[in-house]
Amino acid sequence: MSKIHVTTQVNGDAVEFLCAPDETLLDVLRDRLNLTGAKEGCGTGDCGACSVTIDGRLVASCLVLGAEVEGSAIETVEGIGTADALHPLQRHLLEHAALQCGICTPGIVVAAKALLLQNPDPSEEETRYWLAGNLCRCTGYDKIIRAVLSAASELRGENA
Amino acid sequence: MRYLVAKDSREAVALLNTGEDARLLAGGTDVLVRMKLEGKTPDLLIDIKEISGFSDITTENGGFRIGAAVSGAEMGEHAALKAMWPGVVEAVELIGSTQVQGRATMVGNLCNGSPAADSVPAMMAAGAMARIEGPAGTRDVLVADLLEGPGKTKLGKAELVSSVFLPAGLPKAGDAYLRFIPRTEMDIAVASAAVSLVLDDNNTVAEASVVLGAVARTAVFVPNAAAALVGSKLEPEALSACAAACAAACSPIDDRRGTIEFRTKIAGVMATRAAKIAFRRAGGKL
Repeated sequence: MSKIHVTTQVNGDAVEFLCAPDETLLDVLRDRLNLTGAKEGCGTGDCGACSVTIDGRLVASCLVLGAEVEGSAIETVEGIGTADALHPLQRHLLEHAALQCGICTPGIVVAAKALLLQNPDPSEEETRYWLAGNLCRCTGYDKIIRAVLSAASELRGENA
Repeated sequence: MRYLVAKDSREAVALLNTGEDARLLAGGTDVLVRMKLEGKTPDLLIDIKEISGFSDITTENGGFRIGAAVSGAEMGEHAALKAMWPGVVEAVELIGSTQVQGRATMVGNLCNGSPAADSVPAMMAAGAMARIEGPAGTRDVLVADLLEGPGKTKLGKAELVSSVFLPAGLPKAGDAYLRFIPRTEMDIAVASAAVSLVLDDNNTVAEASVVLGAVARTAVFVPNAAAALVGSKLEPEALSACAAACAAACSPIDDRRGTIEFRTKIAGVMATRAAKIAFRRAGGKL
């Protein structure tokens, strides 16, 4: 199977890679670009653990082929915050203890950031619907939703 | 498997016509899942997203043409489209998660051939036309006339749906789509209904269309349910007659997600509730 050459942008950096025609973007990110933040939970677009954005649009990277992202701009969780300066979403998830095993967390961070870019002041209901495709088997979701809402409040410049 | 990006629909049709096992790729939320779950890939995957017009929502004769690669999220963000056909847009937006909405397309939902496809009853109630490109050229057919059975459409060899046209909405008209699922989000319809209504100057229903999903081999028009609404202001008798006609039109499967008895009952419930929403959207008061 001949490989496909793809030129794209990941977290602001120009990136080139070769991939097989049936290789998913998730596999490219993890196995070729060593960006292992996105996780493979289900591999069929049901769990949201592999969430990334392509040209600002939230997608499940397990349901995208690497070959499809030619010329696109991808953002993964590695592009959000740093170990020294966490993104407010990451900080509020920690402060609310909104994770246990952590497998869903990168997808939650990416998905919640996409929500707040589009809607800086979401209601609890809007937040729950937006994140309905990010499954978490540990927390029961309440802490995640509260963390996202308090991060949103901080990002709007309100006192959390 | 080979992956090719088609430059225009003529090329896509030619690639479909080579005799290889070829599949089209737009949003990929069905085709890539099937490749994964069934563990087999086609010989050729043809990406149609780069074809001019396929990613566009354009106005046409007062209505909207929606390209085969337009995502659900893009439809949901289109205010004018949502204002004219709120039922179609809400049906599309029910498909999958936010992540799936970022990729999944209405045309893909149609061509996947699921009897439970959310957008299909809403498109049928709206009188939507599918534009088909094939070896013999271009033709337009009613979405309703494309349905064949579970996993099947009436598309011919090497044909593809390039867009769907939603006609101009009338001033006192409204549509709505509802489905029953055992949870709040992320599930497949157990039974669903789309209703499209046109009211006269007295806010009496002048024209109606009622379509049920997930209760037969394809989505089905229920002319008797529509007739029960025409001439009414959705009085209780009209709604009961509509629900009874819906129940009579059901021939659902029996599975762990819904029994025959339940699907048959709930189809009428969905239809009457959708009728009320459509009626209000058309300017009627209940």
